Amino acid sequence: MAQASYPDDLLYHAEHDWARIDAADPTLGGAGPVATLGITWYAQDALGEVVFFEAPAVGTTLTKDASYTEVESVKAVSDVIAPLSGDIVEVNEALSENPATINEDPYGEGWLVKIRLSDPSERDALMDAATYRASLAG
Amino acid sequence: MPPAPLTLRRTALFDRHVEAGAKMVDFAGWEMPVQYQGVREEHMAVREACGIFDVSHMGEIETSGPQALELLQRLLSNDVAQIPIDGAQYSVLCREDGGVLDDLFTYRLDVDRYLTVTNASNHAKDLAWFQAHAEGLPDVRVEDRIDDWAMLAVQGHLAREIVQAISDHPLPERMSAETRNLLGSDVLVCGTGYTGEDGVELLCPTENAVELWDELVKRGATPAGLGARDTLRLEVCFHLYGNDLSEARGPIEAGLGWCCKEDTRFIGSEAVRAVRASGPAEKLVAFALDGPGIARQGNPIVGGGEVTSGTLSPCLGVGIGMAYVPVANAAVGTRLEIDVRGKMRGAVVKDKPLYRKGS
Repeated sequence: MAQASYPDDLLYHAEHDWARIDAADPTLGGAGPVATLGITWYAQDALGEVVFFEAPAVGTTLTKDASYTEVESVKAVSDVIAPLSGDIVEVNEALSENPATINEDPYGEGWLVKIRLSDPSERDALMDAATYRASLAG
Repeated sequence: MPPAPLTLRRTALFDRHVEAGAKMVDFAGWEMPVQYQGVREEHMAVREACGIFDVSHMGEIETSGPQALELLQRLLSNDVAQIPIDGAQYSVLCREDGGVLDDLFTYRLDVDRYLTVTNASNHAKDLAWFQAHAEGLPDVRVEDRIDDWAMLAVQGHLAREIVQAISDHPLPERMSAETRNLLGSDVLVCGTGYTGEDGVELLCPTENAVELWDELVKRGATPAGLGARDTLRLEVCFHLYGNDLSEARGPIEAGLGWCCKEDTRFIGSEAVRAVRASGPAEKLVAFALDGPGIARQGNPIVGGGEVTSGTLSPCLGVGIGMAYVPVANAAVGTRLEIDVRGKMRGAVVKDKPLYRKGS
């Protein structure tokens, strides 16, 4: 997408990641809420066309504020920071064939992983869209 | 490394880059366009038609006077006496121990007048080196010309046609450089480049750069940034100083023995002669990954050595790069295991260049 966009229904991390916390999804098994994670419009724009993404394995444990995977443009590798802690329950397999989907639709088809949250209260430390937009302007 | 300057330098074309939506980055103290629309598109524009690069951050040193040849023969690794008037020559600048200070193109403008193009990151160091060695030679002048010249690289199989249309005379051939009148100003047109494509590099007075850029873009040259410049040069295995060349290694290891003529007794020639005679311990090789992934500068190689340049090749669609490896692993066809941030990636040593027209 060509124009900057930060949907209001997402939570944002200062390292330019977003999280969409879903209601518990019975198809994914287990208990507790699941969140979908991805990188923001700002992050994909700064990186340029994503040419390589290798999803981490299902079951990998993410720790809030730590890198859990990488996205790569022609020029550079960029760490992706976990906005929340939890275990990966699903990865976006389609991205290995079409990594540029992360640029084209960063909040939709370009999602990276889904995790089952280990500490749902961590969401309180994330920003809403207005706060994240303001942080980019500063 | 020298401390980073507080303010970045800008070329004459800075406003043009910003207006075109370029992403500007700090490159060797200059605020330069890394890409406009996208590295891949710009890369393919050069391979398939014509791209134009602002490379005004590159420096120029003019060496003139009756002892100009004597000085350059002492500094540059190649045989400067072999450059005809209007000719061009590639060489490296070495320390006494053979470590590479820079790699350079030198153009012979007249009987006793030469222009040497430096890498932006090395310009101040090179200029000081030239000046220090000119002391004691009364009949040579070394002048910094970086502020006088803007430099545009017009590259791709349509490049000559596009530039020819605004030139008063036929363009010089490959590896030669002659002054032509373009849009009313005298421009040094050089039949050189850094992309593996045909094309020219234009050294024009700084004040004429915007008009020249606008006209060439209007005639079909696609603005291309430093990102595409890097992927283009790496596909054809041209060295990048700071990646594939450094003071820590010599020209023989880098595969640049062809531009070292030790009999001219250039500074560093004894060290180069010794390595050439005994054989280097390691060599710079080109490689391509045989699976997914992209190796990057600094990635270690199992069994010794390291990647010095790496990217995803837009034309080949795989991770490519160059690496220093022990000579035992340098033969074409050798399998390498590269530690890419903790993941082992397989690669194969390939012939240079990695990309050839039509491949």
